[in-house]
Amino acid sequence: MKLKTALMGAVAAFALAPAAYAERGSDGQLNIIYWQAPSILNPYLSSGTKDVESASLVLEPLAGFNEKGEVIARLVTEVPTVENGGVSADLTSITWKLIPGLLWSDGTPVTAADAVFTAQYCMDPAGGCAQLARYEGVKTVEAVDDLTVKITFTGPKPNPYQAFVGATSPLLQAAQFKDCLGAKAPECTAANFGPIGTGPFVVTEFKTNDSIQYAANPNYRDPMKPAFATVNFKGGGDAQAAARAVLETGEFDYAWNLQLAPDVLAGMAAAGKGHVINAFGTLVERIEMNMTDPDPALAEGERSTVKHPHPILSDIRVREALSKAIDRNLLVEVGYGPAGRATCNLVPAPELFASDNTGCIAQDMAGAKALLDEAGWVPGADGVREKDGRRLRLLYQTSTNAVRQDFQALIKGWWNELGVEVELKNIDASVFFGGDPGSPDTFQKFYADVEMYANNFDGTDPEPYLAQYTCAKAPGPESQWQGENINRFCDPAYDALVAELGQTGEMAKRGELARKMNDMLTKDSFVVVPLVDRGRNSGQAESLGGVILNTWDSELWNVSDWFRVK
Amino acid sequence: MLTYTIRRLMLAIPTLFFISLIIFLLLDLAPGDPMSQVPLTVPPEVKAKMREALGADQPMVVRYALWLKQFFVVEPSHILDNLLGTDLAQGSQRILSWQSRSPVADTIAERLPQTLTVIGSSYLIGVLIALPIGIYSAYRQYSWFDQLGTFIAMIGFSVPTFFTGVLLIVIFSVNLHWFPSIYDTTLKVTDLASFGRQVRQMAMPVAVLSLYNAAQISRYMRSSMLDNLTQDYVRTARAKGLTERVVVLKHVLRNSLIPVVTVIALGIPTIFAGAIITEQVFKVNGLGALLINAIYANDIPMVQTLTFIFAVLIVLFNLVADIVYGMLDPRIRYD
Repeated sequence: MKLKTALMGAVAAFALAPAAYAERGSDGQLNIIYWQAPSILNPYLSSGTKDVESASLVLEPLAGFNEKGEVIARLVTEVPTVENGGVSADLTSITWKLIPGLLWSDGTPVTAADAVFTAQYCMDPAGGCAQLARYEGVKTVEAVDDLTVKITFTGPKPNPYQAFVGATSPLLQAAQFKDCLGAKAPECTAANFGPIGTGPFVVTEFKTNDSIQYAANPNYRDPMKPAFATVNFKGGGDAQAAARAVLETGEFDYAWNLQLAPDVLAGMAAAGKGHVINAFGTLVERIEMNMTDPDPALAEGERSTVKHPHPILSDIRVREALSKAIDRNLLVEVGYGPAGRATCNLVPAPELFASDNTGCIAQDMAGAKALLDEAGWVPGADGVREKDGRRLRLLYQTSTNAVRQDFQALIKGWWNELGVEVELKNIDASVFFGGDPGSPDTFQKFYADVEMYANNFDGTDPEPYLAQYTCAKAPGPESQWQGENINRFCDPAYDALVAELGQTGEMAKRGELARKMNDMLTKDSFVVVPLVDRGRNSGQAESLGGVILNTWDSELWNVSDWFRVK
Repeated sequence: MLTYTIRRLMLAIPTLFFISLIIFLLLDLAPGDPMSQVPLTVPPEVKAKMREALGADQPMVVRYALWLKQFFVVEPSHILDNLLGTDLAQGSQRILSWQSRSPVADTIAERLPQTLTVIGSSYLIGVLIALPIGIYSAYRQYSWFDQLGTFIAMIGFSVPTFFTGVLLIVIFSVNLHWFPSIYDTTLKVTDLASFGRQVRQMAMPVAVLSLYNAAQISRYMRSSMLDNLTQDYVRTARAKGLTERVVVLKHVLRNSLIPVVTVIALGIPTIFAGAIITEQVFKVNGLGALLINAIYANDIPMVQTLTFIFAVLIVLFNLVADIVYGMLDPRIRYD
């Protein structure tokens, strides 16, 4: 028995040996396909997530997030906390210590001066840095010595893991980007297309909006990694073609963000060449209720502003009834399958901030009808409810997307059953999410009664996300229709909680406050009606090992650990 | 002929100026924003700063004037600098794409060879297929060949390329594994093996496009041949004892080719515009895919520059077609 176990152990060790002792570059080429092609490799000038992710193979931040949402060290010896003295007790500064001997891919040493430069690069007022929010509240970044970076904030910051944490805020080489500050940033095309980084790969060729070729970084800190010698990163096409390339033809090893219907994906995965992986983050598909009146009869500049409260949706009973009439489980089944979960929370994760709010998941048509009756909306001759001569009629808009249109059809059916007349509208995504103040169809203008889309927050702390719903952030003509409080929700008690959250450092208390704020928006007021907690769907080939889907950072966060399964 | 050409060229200038203004106005008035693909996690203040850094929030007249100067003064001086080693441009700002922040001209130059290779060869093959089909269909009118040719032309013309493209991918790539479904844009042809790979990956997009082109041109060829086959000089030639081959391929064909050549010349700008849909379906990095991508991202400098270049090519090839027509047909006299 002992001999048998020993022999089995030896065989197992032999089988694991190739994976464990794979040398750098021993596994040949890795093929990745992103159906949105990266246009630039500088996350600070990026126009979308695809640019940040393709750059994450080369550029690294000081620390990142793992798949559980925990902060992990990448270029530093340990993650600074209050306990180990890295974060000052009054929460106004954080000190990062770089790993000694760290080299850029061109062989020069990484120093704290690079971190100082990167902060200067993004915080330059003329630079148009896309990740400026990561540096919010930063007063100074100084290099205490060659390997120590100290960031001082303008006030106490309970969550200091913003600057230099996560793929959206990586370290740039000061020597390479030194002539690219401020308005000159777009002129450095060579640097923007071929940044020098500390990551496992270096850029060998970049064709904008098409493909990127990488090779293993000879100066990478782990001599045994990466297992792949080259990477072929292709962009373009659509999600279906990308899924086909991984799951059916086997031309590619990894495909990002396969937003396809569950039955389509299941059909493709049946070929056996690859499988779909999914993980949940904070992306929630929701219906937003307009608390103001979008009536076209009102003057331009007064439509959908706080001057005119909504004649129908200002009544909480109507909003609650509309939410009760929806069968969220059916929506998940139709639209997302295993990649979605019904939810009643605006903030579904991390666990600390997730309220135990599940009361809305079950459909309750009878209860909904009772609520509307109680509110005075009586069914008229044609079944549509009326009150004081006004019909219960809603305009429901969203972006053009097959799954969203399916949702619209289902929800319209339920609301019709409730006695609500619904008009559906869909707008092209580039217009809906554009923010053009001249267009009447943006989601900020909200010239409709209800609208549906999905949103999430960066990182693991929901404070900036929940702070969007303050009275001051309502979009209106004075702010060029920019503003994140889409519903024009205004509650002084909520604003007070936002202010309190900004001052609270203790994690348990932060969690409690966040959960309370989440409830105020969802189950206490039904201003935001969450529908589906949408997970991320990606496809990988069976022959690819080491992939762990991470929704808190770049999906390619651990590409240095990937290998070819033998 | 020369005065005619010069007059046409002179007229082209205000025409093109007007076209550029129309394109710019259309793009400007259309809804849509370059920040639409930026994730919603980026706050609106940051997006406003990004827009400012792009120069997207300046008044329309300023932007149009800047584009005119960049297109007609700065870019040509850059081209001359590259060719002759001069320093006319002196570091002045070029037309930058809002998506990639790199000069638009560089991206276009990068994609031009691919477009000419794939789309150009499909046009050439389309023409080479269409001419014999058109000739024989006209000669043997209403025969089974003619009926088949008409049927295929109708299908090639009516069935959209995104359908035929995806159909070919499903049949030949997914089921039969004969051809790759994703075009490898980095493939360099150095030896016979890589040439074979290039031919294999070009097979499907070229097949889709040449079917479409051949459909059109074969119908033109056929109707032109039919017009000429009933002429008196054909009867005379046969009466003189010339073989059918000589009559059709030497006399009738030459006369029939005149309108067809002009149609072909008018179709050449479409090579550069690329086949937008086919390039998207097969992921070929051509100018058409570049244009549609830029439209989705509201990358106005790129769209403006590309569409203006296409407009210039169309106006130019219109002139070329007219001149070729005048040269081939001695009955035409311009003045």
